[in-house]
Amino acid sequence: MARGSAQAGGMPRRGSPAPPQPNPPKLYAPRRKIHPKRVNGTFRRIKWAVMVVTLGIYYVTPWLRWDRGPGAPDQAVLLDLPHRRFYFFFIEIWPQEVYYLTGLLILAALALFLATALFGRVWCGYSCPQTVWTDLFIYVERLVQGDRNKRIRLDRAPWTLEKIWKRGLTYAIWLLISVATGGAWVFYFADAPTLARALVDGAAPPAAYISVAAFTFTTFTLGGFLREQVCTYMCPWPRIQGAMFDADTFLVSYRADRGEPRGPHKKGEPWEGRGDCIDCGACVAACPAGIDIRDGPQLECIQCALCIDACDQIMDRVGRPRRLIAYETLSMPAARESGERPRVRLIRPRTVLYSVLILIVSGLMAYGLLTRSDLDLNVLHDRNPLFVRLSDGSIRNGYTLKVLNKAHHLRRFEVAIAGLSEARLKSPELGDAAVLRFEVAPDSVRAVRLFVSLPRQTIRARQDEDGELPITIELRDVASAAVYREATAFHAPGASGR
Amino acid sequence: MSTTPDRDEVTGIQTTGHDWDGITELDQPLPRWWLIIFYLTIIGSVLFWVWYPSWPVWMDGEWTFTRGLAGKTARDDVAAEMAQRAAAREADLARLEKADLGTIRRDPELLRLALANGASAFGDNCAPCHGSGAEGGPGFPNLNDDDWLWGGRLSDIEQTITHGIRWEADPETRLGAMPAHLRDGLLGRADVADVVQFVLSLSGRARDAEAAARGALVFEASCAACHGLDAKGQTFVGAPNLSDDIWLYGGREEDIFESVANGRAGVMPAWGGRLDAATIKSLTLYVHGLGGGVEEEPAAAGE
Ligand code: SF4
Ligand code: SF4
Repeated sequence: MARGSAQAGGMPRRGSPAPPQPNPPKLYAPRRKIHPKRVNGTFRRIKWAVMVVTLGIYYVTPWLRWDRGPGAPDQAVLLDLPHRRFYFFFIEIWPQEVYYLTGLLILAALALFLATALFGRVWCGYSCPQTVWTDLFIYVERLVQGDRNKRIRLDRAPWTLEKIWKRGLTYAIWLLISVATGGAWVFYFADAPTLARALVDGAAPPAAYISVAAFTFTTFTLGGFLREQVCTYMCPWPRIQGAMFDADTFLVSYRADRGEPRGPHKKGEPWEGRGDCIDCGACVAACPAGIDIRDGPQLECIQCALCIDACDQIMDRVGRPRRLIAYETLSMPAARESGERPRVRLIRPRTVLYSVLILIVSGLMAYGLLTRSDLDLNVLHDRNPLFVRLSDGSIRNGYTLKVLNKAHHLRRFEVAIAGLSEARLKSPELGDAAVLRFEVAPDSVRAVRLFVSLPRQTIRARQDEDGELPITIELRDVASAAVYREATAFHAPGASGR
Repeated sequence: MSTTPDRDEVTGIQTTGHDWDGITELDQPLPRWWLIIFYLTIIGSVLFWVWYPSWPVWMDGEWTFTRGLAGKTARDDVAAEMAQRAAAREADLARLEKADLGTIRRDPELLRLALANGASAFGDNCAPCHGSGAEGGPGFPNLNDDDWLWGGRLSDIEQTITHGIRWEADPETRLGAMPAHLRDGLLGRADVADVVQFVLSLSGRARDAEAAARGALVFEASCAACHGLDAKGQTFVGAPNLSDDIWLYGGREEDIFESVANGRAGVMPAWGGRLDAATIKSLTLYVHGLGGGVEEEPAAAGE
């Protein structure tokens, strides 16, 4: 690791004197408790709004209804594992089409890359579930136990009755939120109203209770206790971010050139010859990661921008301009120093690349979804035997047609071979006729055996030197007259007449 | 690579002392909760050993394993599942046993069972001679085509499978063989050559029209009894159709000569008694469904 780049939570920073290290050094460190102080300001407001929207989406989505006609679930978003279907509003995905989900994940990754290249860890700071739920849990904590100073005092206090009920109430509310979180999760996998009733009645499948319990447990511990430890030690994302920032990425930064030299400031004292930072520690007190942004970019910083709000409040009070801590790029301080205009470069090779990739992938997916057929016809050619010689000299090939009826109604089909009226069709299950008819139940797959015989003259006229000739199997929907085609090969003895 | 611990000037933190081309690593302590979870997993693994089968032990002269307090192993699960499947299979076979061929054929569920069962029984018992795709080979009929020596109706096929062909141990076996006309002196060499030309002429391939014309007379006298006056064969004696495109022993002039001169008498074992009735029915339906099966004539439908 590069010198000085790997710093764990709570370790001494540049500028603060290093405490004497015990020798040999400790192999493990207790966690330093963090009690973030409440702040008000632009970014806090944005974060509240994001919280309401993301939690709203999470809790409400399973309850949205979407009519798909009889026989199909009417839940807008549903991952139906037993029947292997994924429903998303007007989209319905079968297991064969899992590439849509892959595409969705690729899109999510690319969007994350783009956002990170532009504005650093905005995902971490605003919309990561870990951040949102932790923020919510801290809000509850503050509501019951008071702000930072009160919480620190309560933490240090012995277990008095007051501490017991305050902590107890906090945990109880956390638990309620956690149960609701786990509860909402399972609704994505089954009909929400039915499952909700079953969960209450104790009639839901064990997997549902186990999932709810697991999610309750993880929400409670990760949001209530582990918090920034998740971001620092468990999540791989912070380690990857470093490769995605560049000198033009906007990061929450302390403007050292404006703030230093820092020092306490009394009202009325002049501001000449000193920096704007009054070393009040408000930014540190507000930080949910427990770090000092003035030490420069750090692994632990989730870029929640709360220190910006905290410092803005202080700057307002001392009558200095806001944004001593601000979103800025790594190249800006140097530009200011050399008197240049700090440059804003949102369009850079990497952001262009990410955007183009996003456009391509979403374009492909949109094309795929728009042209998605409600029927899939797969033709498997018999390999053994490849062909059968019949007594009149004609040649027969066997096929298995797999017909996926993705429509929600029963459909009747006629099979034919395109452009070869002399082809004789036969199916052990459908009988012997010029036109074979069969039905496929709604929303299901049917395999049909099909024997196709062609007279010798037809084969001779069309086959290539390997004895193969292309044929096209046609399915005609009897009701809608829509025709579905699948090209395949017909094998016959080679021209040499094996 | 030096291994002397050093203090990093920027952070004031001790390094591990490892130095890779000037890059050193800070010696950061682990978070304590991590260590605690590590210990918990160790305790968890001990609980696993106690609860589930885990340790191999040498007992009573063989290797076995500790059973665990749960008293259940994945092997028991497999055995239970196998037993369950075997029972389900028994039940399926019993249903096939009871139903007759026509009933099975009309019942999609029974038919599915029979075809699956037939396919696997075919692979086990029939594929060595008829081929895994039932495609046959010289002397072993292709069961996919529409040419049947002994008839291609369900009842014919069942009869053939049950009693075999020229299988002496079965009194009801199918009999009838192609005599060795030349070897046994039934016909002279010239007559055999003529009749071969006649047979070739049935598919428009005669080399010598005069010989074929002579052969027609020989055929009428010596062959028509089994193969029919029209040479289209007769299934009750297993005599093949000589006018079609399918040749069990090869359709070249020398192949046909060999057949006439030295005779042919392929053997198929009788499977009745070796395979149970349900399996024979399954095989019958499977073979019939390979593509060449012939429908029962209305008169024979009620058998
Ligand atoms: S340093 Fe500022 S932006 Fe980073 S985590 Fe702390 S408060 Fe948030
Ligand atoms: S809040 Fe602003 S003024 Fe106060 S210590 Fe932080 S950077 Fe300095």
